[in-house]
Amino acid sequence: MSDHRPEEGPTADELRQMTSEEAMIASAKAAGVHVIHRRDRFPIRGTRAEKRAERGVALAFAVSGLAGVAFIVYFIVGHWRWHLPGTSQDFQYYTPILGGTLAIMLIFLGIGMVLWVKWLMPEEEVVQDRHDGPSNDEDNLMTEATLVVGFEDTGLPRRGLILRSLMFAGGAVATVPLIALVGGMLKKPGSQLLHTLYRRNSKLFPNSDGMVPIVDGLWRPVSPDDMEPGAIATVFPGVRQKTAWGTDGLTDAASPTLLIRLRPGQTVKPRAGQAGWGWPSESPEYIAFSKICTHAGCPASLYEQQTGRLLCPCHQSQFQVLEDAKPVFGPATRSLPKLPITVREGDDGRLYFYAVSDFHEAIGPGFWERR
Amino acid sequence: MTTTAPTRRTDAPRTPQGKLAKFFDDRLTAARWTRATLNKLYPDHWSFMMGEIALYSFIVLLLTGTYLSFFFDPSMTEVVYPKNGTYVPMHGVTMSAAYKSTLDITFDVRGGLVVRQIHHWSALMFLAAMLVHMCRVFFTGAFRKPRELNWLIGLSLIGLGIIEGFVGYSLPDDLLSGTGLRIADAIMLSIPVIGTWTSFLIFGGPFPGNIIIGRFYIAHVLLIPAIIAVLIAAHIGLVVIQKHSEFPRRGHTEKTVGGERFMPYYMTKATAFFFIVFGVCAALGGLAQINPVWLFGPYTPSQVSSGSQPDWYMMFLDGSTRLFPSWEIRLWHHTVPPLFWPTVVLPGILFTLAGAFPFIEAKMTNDREKHHLLQRPRDVPVRTGLGCMALTFYLVLFLSGGNDIIAKAFNISLNAMTWGGRIALLILPPLAYLFAYRVCLGLQRHDREVLEHGVETGIIKLLPTGEYIEVHQPLGPTDEHGHGVLPYAGAPVPKRMNQLGASTPLRHIRGFFYPVKEKPEIQAALDELEAREQAEVESAEGPKQLTD
Repeated sequence: MSDHRPEEGPTADELRQMTSEEAMIASAKAAGVHVIHRRDRFPIRGTRAEKRAERGVALAFAVSGLAGVAFIVYFIVGHWRWHLPGTSQDFQYYTPILGGTLAIMLIFLGIGMVLWVKWLMPEEEVVQDRHDGPSNDEDNLMTEATLVVGFEDTGLPRRGLILRSLMFAGGAVATVPLIALVGGMLKKPGSQLLHTLYRRNSKLFPNSDGMVPIVDGLWRPVSPDDMEPGAIATVFPGVRQKTAWGTDGLTDAASPTLLIRLRPGQTVKPRAGQAGWGWPSESPEYIAFSKICTHAGCPASLYEQQTGRLLCPCHQSQFQVLEDAKPVFGPATRSLPKLPITVREGDDGRLYFYAVSDFHEAIGPGFWERR
Repeated sequence: MTTTAPTRRTDAPRTPQGKLAKFFDDRLTAARWTRATLNKLYPDHWSFMMGEIALYSFIVLLLTGTYLSFFFDPSMTEVVYPKNGTYVPMHGVTMSAAYKSTLDITFDVRGGLVVRQIHHWSALMFLAAMLVHMCRVFFTGAFRKPRELNWLIGLSLIGLGIIEGFVGYSLPDDLLSGTGLRIADAIMLSIPVIGTWTSFLIFGGPFPGNIIIGRFYIAHVLLIPAIIAVLIAAHIGLVVIQKHSEFPRRGHTEKTVGGERFMPYYMTKATAFFFIVFGVCAALGGLAQINPVWLFGPYTPSQVSSGSQPDWYMMFLDGSTRLFPSWEIRLWHHTVPPLFWPTVVLPGILFTLAGAFPFIEAKMTNDREKHHLLQRPRDVPVRTGLGCMALTFYLVLFLSGGNDIIAKAFNISLNAMTWGGRIALLILPPLAYLFAYRVCLGLQRHDREVLEHGVETGIIKLLPTGEYIEVHQPLGPTDEHGHGVLPYAGAPVPKRMNQLGASTPLRHIRGFFYPVKEKPEIQAALDELEAREQAEVESAEGPKQLTD
C-alpha cells in the first residue's frame, strides 16, 4: 500500500514484548486503521451461550454438508432420462432436486459463515484514515520535473519531423490490424438484399419459362384447391439448389411468403401498378406477400381473416391485407412486398402456383440504399 | 565443524503463520503489503451488497459457462436430430449443430439442464444487480469526484453486460433467439450509410449466413468476458485506492472511513455472500424454468411464436421499438428506417447522458470538491428528481416491451397499450420529477421540524388555559424558546420515540429487531474520536448545509 504513512510505530523489540493482539492492533494502526473498540463476544470461555452459538454455526455447516451428500446421491441414482408423456415422468424432479440441494448446500454454508462472524468472532469498531489528499508538493514537483526532462530528452519538442513521422507510423501501426480484421470480414452487400430466390431462372425451371414454382414447407407444390376460403399458408420458392450461404428455398431468410386466399366478397384495393398480381389476375382471390415484416424482419404471421389484418408479433406492426398489406398500425412504414403469382397446369392436371417474377422491391426491414 | 553466524533465535517466528509469512517475505518482501492489505477496511453498509451480487454472479457465470463450453458445439452445420435421440418430439428435425448440442446438454448430459439454467439465471442476476448498484450510486451521489472514473467504468460494464447477455442468448440458435438475432440484423441494417455493410461484415453475408454462431461464441466466451474481467478489476482497484464512500455518522467523515477489517471479518463475510448468491442462482436454476429452447424448436426464418419476449435487460429496447411511430426519412433515393431511432440513437443518448452526468452535475453546481460522504436522496431533490424521471422513462419502455402480454392478461386493446405507452413516455417522466422533488422537500422539512421542535410523543397535555398541546421530546439542547439547536448533518433524524437513545444514524436499521444500546466504552471512544476530528475541522470550514 502506497497511501499509508505509518506513524511512529512500536519497535521490533517492543512488538516482541506485546501479546499477539496488541501487535495486531499496532499493525492495523500502522495502516491507518484505528481499532476503536474490540471485545471478545464470550470473555468467559465455555458458557452456555457460547456453546449455543457454536452449535448454531455448526448446524448450518452440517445442513450444508448433508445437502451436498444428497446432491451427490440423487445425481447418481435419480431418474433423469426424458420420457414421452404417458410414461413415468419422474425425470422431471431431477433438475429441481439437483438445484434445490445445491442451493441448500451453498446457502447454508454462507449462512453458517455469516453467523460465525456475527456470533463468535470478536466485535470491533474500526475506522481508517483516508489519506486522500493530493500528493505532497515535493512529490508533485519531482514528478513534474521528471516528466519535463524526460520529454525534453527525447528531443520531440524541437524535432517536429521526428514527431510527425512517428505519429504517421503510429497511426499506421494502429490502423493496419483494424484494416486487416475488417478487411477480412468485409463482404459487399451489392444487390443481394434486393433479390430473392423467386427470380426467374430458365436454367433450373425450363418447363415454366423460368418461373419458380411455389411450394409449402415439405417441398410440395401448392395448388389453389389446397386452401379453404380465408386460409393463409406459408410458402416458399421451390429452389432446392443451395445458395452460396448453404440455404435453399425453404431455409433462405428472404424467402418466406404468405399465400392468402380471400373470403368470398373480399376484394383487394391494389397499390399503384400492382393490380392483377394475384390469381385470377382480373379479380384476385389468391394473393401473396413477403412474410418478412418491413419493420424489423420478424415473420408477420397472425392473420385475422374477418378484417384482413395481419399482425407481426415482435413489435405489433399491423398490415391491411385488403389494401395490399399497407401498414395501418405500429412502427412499420412500408407495405409488405407483393409477389406476382400465376398458375400453370401440372402433369396431374391440377393447377399449381408459380411466381411470375421476383418481388419488385427489397423485402424485409429498411436500409440506407433502399429507395 | 564451523557454522555461519547463527541467526538470533528471537528473530525466528514462533507461530506457523509467522513461519509461512517469513517464507514469502524472504522471497517477495511482502510483509508490509500483507499487513496493510489484511487490515484494510471494507464497507459493511447493506447498500454495498448490490455491487457484490454483480461480482459474485459474474463468477458464477464464469464457472457455469466453462462447464457448458465442454458440451456446446458452436456450429451452424445442418444436422438431423437422430431417430433414436432422447427427446422424441425432435426426431428427424433438421437443426443446427449448436441447437442440437443445446438439446444434448438438456437431455443427454446428467445435470446439464440445471447448470444451463443457473447460467441463464445468473446472467439475469448479473445485469439486475449492476442496474440496482448503479441506482444506489446515483441516488446517493457516490459518483461525485473523485469517483467519476469508476462511474464510467461501471457504465461500460452495464453496456458490455447487455451485449454479452444478448450474444449468449443467441448461441442456442433456437426459434426465439434466432428471431432476436434477425431483429439485431435489422437494427444494423437501419444505420445510415454503413448499415448494410455492418450487417454483412458481422454475418459474413446475408442474414443468417453460416458463421454467426461461431463468431458470437468466441465473443461470448473470450472477448467480452475478458474485457469485463479487466474492467471489474479496475473498478475494484479504484475502490481500493479511493476507499469506499459512506453515509455520514460518527467515525464516517471526509477524513476517515468506517467498515470492517479484511481478516477475518470481511473475507469470511464476502466468501459467505458469494456462496449465498451462488445458492440463490442454483435455487432459481433448479426450481424456475428458463428459456426452454426444446419447446421453441430450431430457428427457421419463416416462423415465430406470439408473445416473443427477450431477456429482461433487452426489454427497454424492445419497448422503445414498439412505441416509436412509423416515421421514415426518405431523402435522395435513400432511407433512414424508423428502427434506427429507438434502437441505435436512443440507447446512444441514454448512455451518453448517464456517462456525462457526474460532469454535468459538477458543472451545474460549480462543485470541484472531493466527496467521500454520501448524500441522502432527499437532500438533493434535483438529482433525485432526475433519477426518478430516468427510471420512469426506463420503466415505461420496459413495460411496453411486454405490452402484448399485458394486453392479453388484462384484456386491453393492444393498440391502446401502444398509444398508452407513447403518451406515458412523454408525460410520466416529468410528473415523476415533480413528484420526487416535492417528496424530497417534504422529507427535508420534516427532518428540520423534528430537529427544531422535537419528536412527537403522542402525549396530549391540557394547559390551565384550556389549550391542548402535544408534548414534543427535543433531540438535544434547546434555546430559550425551547427550539432545538442541533443542525442537520446529512444523517437520518429519529422521528419516533422508540428510535431515541439510538440516535446515531442508521441505528434504527441495525436495531430493527431490538434496540441497539451503545456500550459505554464504545461511546467514550467515539466521543474522543469526534473531539479530535472536531478540533481538526474547527479552524477549516464550518459544517456544510446540504440543502438544495
